[in-house]
Formats: sequence, structure tokens, C-alpha cells
Amino acid sequence: MRSSAALVSPPPCPAPDSGATGAPADGRAAGSVAPTVEATVERGPREVFCGLTGIIWLHRKIQDAFFLIVGSRTCAHLMQSAAGVMIFAEPRFATAILEERDLAGLADANDELDREVARLLERRPDIKLLFLVGSCPSEVIKLDLSRAAQRLSAAYAGRTRVLSYSGSGLDTTFTEGEDAALAALVPEMPAAAPDAASSLLVVGTLADVVEDQFARLFAALGIDSVQFLPSRSAEALPSVGPNTRVLLAQPFLAETARLLEKRGARRLPAPFPLGAEGTTLWLTAAAEAFGIDADTVERVTAPGRERARAALESHRSVLAGRRVFFFPDSQLEPALARVLSREMGMVPVEVATPYLHRGLMEPDLALLPEGTRLVEGQHVYEQLDRCRAARPDLTVCGLGLANPLEAEGLTTKWSIELVFTPIQGYEQAGDLAELFARPLLRDGLLKV
Amino acid sequence: MRLTVWTYEGPPHVGAMRVATAMEGVHYVLHAPQGDTYADLLFTMIERRPSRPAVSYTTFQARDLGRDTADLLCETARDACARFKPDALLVGSSCTAELLQDDPGGLAKALGLPVPVVPLDLPSYQRKETWGAAETFYRLARALAGPKAPPPGTKRPPRADGVPPSCNLLGPTALGFRHRDDAKEIAGLLADMGVRVNVTAPLGATASDVARLGEADFNVVLYPEIGETTARWLETAFGQPRTTTVPIGVGATRDFVREVATLAGLVPEPTLAALAPRLPWFSRSVDSTYLTGKRVFVFGDATHAIAAARVAADEMGFEVVGLGTYTREFARDVRAAAKGYGIEALITDDYLEVEEAIAEARPDLVLGTQMERHIAKRLGLPCAVISAPVHVQDFPARHAPQMGVEGANVLFDTWVHPLMMGLEEHLLGMFREDFEFHADAGPSHLAGAAGGRPAARDPSVRPGTEPVPSSVQPSPSPEDAAARHPAAAPDSPAPQGSVWTAEAERELNKIPFFVRGKARRNTERYATERHLHTITIETLYDAKAYFSR
Repeated sequence: MRSSAALVSPPPCPAPDSGATGAPADGRAAGSVAPTVEATVERGPREVFCGLTGIIWLHRKIQDAFFLIVGSRTCAHLMQSAAGVMIFAEPRFATAILEERDLAGLADANDELDREVARLLERRPDIKLLFLVGSCPSEVIKLDLSRAAQRLSAAYAGRTRVLSYSGSGLDTTFTEGEDAALAALVPEMPAAAPDAASSLLVVGTLADVVEDQFARLFAALGIDSVQFLPSRSAEALPSVGPNTRVLLAQPFLAETARLLEKRGARRLPAPFPLGAEGTTLWLTAAAEAFGIDADTVERVTAPGRERARAALESHRSVLAGRRVFFFPDSQLEPALARVLSREMGMVPVEVATPYLHRGLMEPDLALLPEGTRLVEGQHVYEQLDRCRAARPDLTVCGLGLANPLEAEGLTTKWSIELVFTPIQGYEQAGDLAELFARPLLRDGLLKV
Repeated sequence: MRLTVWTYEGPPHVGAMRVATAMEGVHYVLHAPQGDTYADLLFTMIERRPSRPAVSYTTFQARDLGRDTADLLCETARDACARFKPDALLVGSSCTAELLQDDPGGLAKALGLPVPVVPLDLPSYQRKETWGAAETFYRLARALAGPKAPPPGTKRPPRADGVPPSCNLLGPTALGFRHRDDAKEIAGLLADMGVRVNVTAPLGATASDVARLGEADFNVVLYPEIGETTARWLETAFGQPRTTTVPIGVGATRDFVREVATLAGLVPEPTLAALAPRLPWFSRSVDSTYLTGKRVFVFGDATHAIAAARVAADEMGFEVVGLGTYTREFARDVRAAAKGYGIEALITDDYLEVEEAIAEARPDLVLGTQMERHIAKRLGLPCAVISAPVHVQDFPARHAPQMGVEGANVLFDTWVHPLMMGLEEHLLGMFREDFEFHADAGPSHLAGAAGGRPAARDPSVRPGTEPVPSSVQPSPSPEDAAARHPAAAPDSPAPQGSVWTAEAERELNKIPFFVRGKARRNTERYATERHLHTITIETLYDAKAYFSR
């Protein structure tokens, strides 16, 4: 248990720009001498989305891709309920629902799939990339979608590329679906010439507006060749080779990062670009890899840092000293806890994440305050019990838990918004803080 | 394999969740992978339930498949009993677990748990949500009330003198379309009649309540889709008769009172005389004459669709131009009802087929589900929601039943609101070129309704908060919609032969959008029937004169 003094005196928050000039030469985060935070591994019943959910943002990002889930009515119902976007009569995703006759062997599932794909591509000639997305039922009946993808790719060569990945809840939790999708793209990326000039590859879905902001910052820093994965068009896949430097924009891309490294790319370790400090350290990691001097970094990032500082300042009074508890959701949790503790003065009570990829998270973990309870995995009932006992000021959790906890008198922030909202970079730092401040402000406003 | 994007119903285990969550002290152990926990947010977000649904998922993962998922099921069942101390445990599979063939019901029964275990066998690859709810309720009723049933063939003893007649209210569940309010409204109506409600189930019932279902004199089936299977069994097992009238609308409410009076051995007249719905007077009020003959397209679950069609035709003075349902189990009833309106029923769960049918029928008003609300928005048609599938908007803070006296009043308000008001319709017709009253102007009482494409084409819409209470967005115009549906446009008797002159097209565009579709359709039909290749201004007005005779 934390002493009550900790509640009133938040840990000292360094100036947001201290990292810009003072970061060590290897690009690692400032203060990486701090002892690594230990994580408890927890197993048990979970309350999380499966990887199919990633389609909701991936299909908006890759504008000529279609996601065909091979699954059950449950998969279709999940997409409908979680997406809540029945606005599109025919969005660029759909579910091929397995029926009794597919399972009973009355119909050959591969023939059926070929037929549905033919119909789909006939109706949607604009589709340049088709993902066959595996689900729990398709995995259990061992429907080989990678072979189906190869077969269909050959059949539609020159027109539509067909790839496959698993968004099944047996293998993937929520954002891991994006990792699986991007990992499927890596072998498709053209090879960069071994003597090509160094280029930067930013990996992980970012809102278009954020991507453009980062592109401008990299250009101002003097990094000429910058590409993003996923790109807005499936036809314009970035190239990769030994001179590619990979900067992850999202923490949940372990497999994608591994495959890129296998193709010769070098990953630049850095905290994730959340909050002013994280953004600065992230940009600095790239700048150092490209031999850009600290003065340039200082000069280029100064306006953004200043705007972020001002934007964050107004939320600091609401958040400072408040205790926050994270249920596992997107793997963004450790990085978010780092922003909230270091830039907003919040006290992380428990930070749970569905999976902890230490190799990718280390720079963020090193910046977490000592004594933070870090949990990998979930036992939802035991975690609920801990949360009730801790009575945090703010609980970050999924939509299945938020209202029930509110009804118990706990103030909550639904975590899915942190994935669906642009929160990366200097210009969004204030928005990020506001997402956490709003439930607390609202709680203060309501007199009923 | 069948390709789908949006569905009217979830899988059958969601139906079981609706029953378990509606009840007190009943818990559902669901053998399912982690992703299936999404279903919790239907209850916590759409219905804003302040507690977690009464479900424990096994949330098995790939690594468990190699070991023993059956052990996980047993562990989950034991934990659920220890943690929630339920009075009855439902045990079943979701679609993925069904493939594992672990037999969760059998396993749980063998555990020797301290509570009754009710195994659920809900075939996910054949059946859907509503059926799942009906089957779950039936299994639960059989398991809990069955032991109290008299030997088969026993005659039901007559009610003792001085004991008021009693009934059960069957069918309301969690996540039902206005179930909360309907159950309250009808319980009030029955109380006014002097009928005691023995048990309302599943909504709010405990396991012991379900065990005493047989004590009532008869059953009121509020939602046949969910309650009928159980009611039929109760009829056989306990000799309890059941109602067949669903009291939606003034006429149906009156019929319901008569039916209940017969079953309860009461005289209906005092109750009938005391019923004071406002709908009849509002419908007769002269301002409502503009409602006359409005063409409505009705789609929903069978019960709500049939009831809405009756109210539309008999109580609002609308013309029913389309009637359909996605509940195939009740297709026969809907077909019979449609015949009465001289139309063919649309039985489908493919929303694209529904969209096509609506585009073709070009109604003035769509009465449908949230799915039809989206379709109507795309087609630029007014719409009111009458049935599940539900949306956060379908759980209003106020008491807003569909059934009984207040239900009829709610129907009048809800259906009339999206329409153009009478005088406004005339003004728009007179001043159609006015810069404020331009041809695409929408109803003035619906802010932001006019002009531009639906604002909600915004990918950032978040779960549970799908914004804009935009039950109507009268643009894009029906013409745009028709253009997107070449198969359906512009009329069924192939109008390909007729071409509009530019002049005639301009004249047509001066007609306000809400009657423009009808004018176009009539003119083209008139031209086709007369083999006219060109539609001129003269043809337009000839057709107008012809059809207004």
C-alpha cells in the first residue's frame, strides 16, 4: 500500500524537453539506469477483445484493402457490436459465415471460399488487397487460409493480392490482430538495394493527421526517406533492407518487428510517441540514427514541445496526484502509465497489459515509477477484487467493465477510445491527457 | 458459407445471455474463447446495465487446445458457483467450443455442484439469437418447474372462490426492445382488470419464481418469439391456457383485454370503458389528415412487424406497402398478415435485400429496426424504430412502452415525429423555389436534417455511442438512392422505354423531395403503360391528373 503522502506529492516531473538534449547516444531513454520493473504473470478468465477488432481501424487506414473474416455469426456480431459503424452499407470488411453444411463436410470449405471471393471481387473491383482473416472456428476446423490465399493470389494475379492472417481469439488479443496483419505484409514488401541510402520506416497504424505531422517533423529534421507501414494504399508498400531503420509507433507489433529485423532492418529502441517526453525521445532516436545533431533536434521539436507543454498544463491540475489503475487491453498500458506518471503526476497503482514484450517496452518500463505493480495477462475476477480494494481515482478498462465499475462508485475511462483516437505526437498530447481528465472533471460536475 | 456484413441477430448463446442476465441468481457458464467476451458490452453499453452480465466464460486460448479444455470448463463452473452462489447454473458452448465437443452440460452435471445445472445445447451454425433465448427459457422452465408438474392428463383444478385470477408474463428479457417498459405497462393493465401477476419471466425472475410458473391460471405471452415455446410446454404440463394477442396498438390492446377476460373468467367491459388512449383522438384531429395514405414499409421481428402494420393501417390511416421479418420461425404469420394488405411478405435476414425492397417501394415512412434506420438514412427516408435489433437509443430514460395504452400513445408520437408536419408540407409545396424552403429542405423541427450527405459517415464513431439521433436525414434525395440501386430504380414495370426531357426533369425537381419519388414513379408508370418514349412537362401533368382521379 502506498503511503498517503504519495497522494499529495506526486513524483517529480522532469521538464518535457530534458530528453531532447540529454538523451544518451544509443537512443535509449533518459534514466534507463532505473531498475527494471518486475511483472507479475497472471492467468485466468479474461475480459478482452480478439484480434478481429483491429479490422475496424485497419480497413479505414488501408483504403484499397478488404478484410474477409472466415468465421461464425459470432464474429460478424462482434464486428457489428464493437464497431458500431453500421453507417457503411458495404464497408470494406465482411464475414464469410461457416454453416452446418461446411462443418458436416457437405460442402468443401475451400470451394465455398473461392466462390464467395469471386463474388466479392466482382462486386468490388476497387479492392487491390484482400486479407483472408482466420477466426476461432476456422482455426479449430483447421481451415488452411494461407494455402487458400496462395491459390487465390495466383488466380487473381495482377489484379488483387490475397494474403491471410489470424485474428482468432485463440491466438490474438485485440491489437495483436494488427500485428498479425502487418506481419502478413512484411514478406510482400519489396527489397531495398543493399547499397540504398538509409531510410526510416515508421510501423504501426497512425491516424492520417498524425502520420502527416510526423512526416513533416522528420523532413524538418533532415530525414529524407520516410515511409509508413501500413501505408494508405496497399499498392505502395514500402521497401525494406539492411539500411532500413524501423521506428515502432505502436507497442503491440512484436511479430512485425521480428520479421522486419529478419529482412535486415534495424529497430531503433525508443519509448513510444505518447506525451511530449515520449514524442521527443522517439524523434530523437530516429535523429541519432540518421546522424542529426542535438541542436537540430532541439530547434525542430521546440515549437511542438512548447505547444504540448501548454496543452498538458491545463490538465495537470485535474490529474496530478490521482491514482490510476489499468485493466489489460491494448498493450499501450505501460506507455500510457509512463505519460500519466511523468508528465501529469498521476500515480499508477496497477498497470496490466495482455502481453508484455519486454524487448519493445523496455525504454517505457524504465521510466515507470518504482513500485508500480505491473501485470502481464489477466484473471479478471482477481483483478476486479484488487481494483475494488485499491479504490483508484481512475480505472482504465474495457466497455464490458466500465459501467459496472461506475455503478460501484469508481470513475472509469474506457480504454478502447485510446486506440480509436489520435493520441500520438506533440499536437495530440493535450487530447491524450484530456481523455483521462474528462471522467474526473465530469464526476466533479455532476450533482446527481 | 454465407457472406454477411450486418446481421439482425447474434448467435444463439447471446440469446441465452439475455435470459441469464435478465434474471436474478441465475448464472451462465459459457465455454468460449476470450474474444467472445465482447458480448458483455451489449448489456453494459447498449442497455447501460450497471452490473456485469451473469456469465462466466472459460476464455480458452490456443495453448489450452493442446491440453484439456474440459478441465477449464469444470474449473470455471466450480469457480462460478463459489463466487456468485447462484440458485441455478446454465451451462453451454459458443460456436467455437461447440466444435470441441467437450459436452459442457454433461461435464458440469457430473461435478456434483450444489445447484441445479441446466445444460444448453444451442447449435450455433444453424440457429440464432432469438431462438437461443426461447430455447434457454424453455430449458430453464422445464428444469425448474417441471418437477412440480402433475401427472400427465391431470385436469387443472378450478380456482378457489374469492381468489383473484392470476397469470404469468412470459417473454421479456435483457436487451429486449422496450421489454422493461412493456412488462410494467401490461402488469398495470392486468392489475386494473383484477388479474394478479404470479411471475414475470425471465426479466427480474429468480430460479424459485420460475419453479412456481405452474401456479398461475394462465399465461400472457408478451413476445411469442421468446415466450411461446415455454408457454406451449406449460399448457401441456400444467394445463395453463395462453394469450395469443400481443397488445401493441389500440385495437390489439382491446382484443387483449377481451382475451384475458375470457381466460380469467372476468367481464371485459369495465376495463374497456376505462381505457383512455390518446392515439384515437390524435389520429382523428384534423391536423392528422396529412397522414392519410402515407406509404409505410414495415420490417422487424414478426410480432412487432405484424402489430405495426395493423396500427399503421387501422389507427394511423397509412398504406402498408411493405411488410417483412427476419425471424424465419414466424414467417407464416407474417405472410398471412401481408396477404391482408394485398402484398407479398419479405422474409429475409439479408439487409441488402431489405434495402433493395425499400428502395423499390419508395415509402413515405419506414418502420423498422436499427438496420432499417440506417437504410432509410442512406435512402433519405423518414424512419421510426419498432423492433430489435436494439441500439442505445432504444433504451430511453423515460417510460416508453410499445404495448398497452401508453404504448399506443408512444407509437403515435414516435411515428409522426419523423414526418413532415401538415402545414409545413403545404408551405414547402407552395414556396418550393424559396431560398430557405428549397427543394431539398427537410422538416424544420429536425435540426440539421436538410442538405448535405449524412454527417454520420464518420469512421471515428465509437462503440455504444453511435451518435446523432438521426432517425431521419432526408438527403441524399430518393433519386440518389435510386441511382445506387439500378435494379430497383425507378419502378418495377420496366420504364427503360421512357426518357425524361431536361425540361420535365427540372419541373420534377421543383416538387418537394418527399413527394418527388412518388411523382416520378407515377409519371413513369403512366408513360410506360402508354408506350411514351419521351416524358415531357405535359406527360408529368397528364400523369398527375390521371393519378389524382
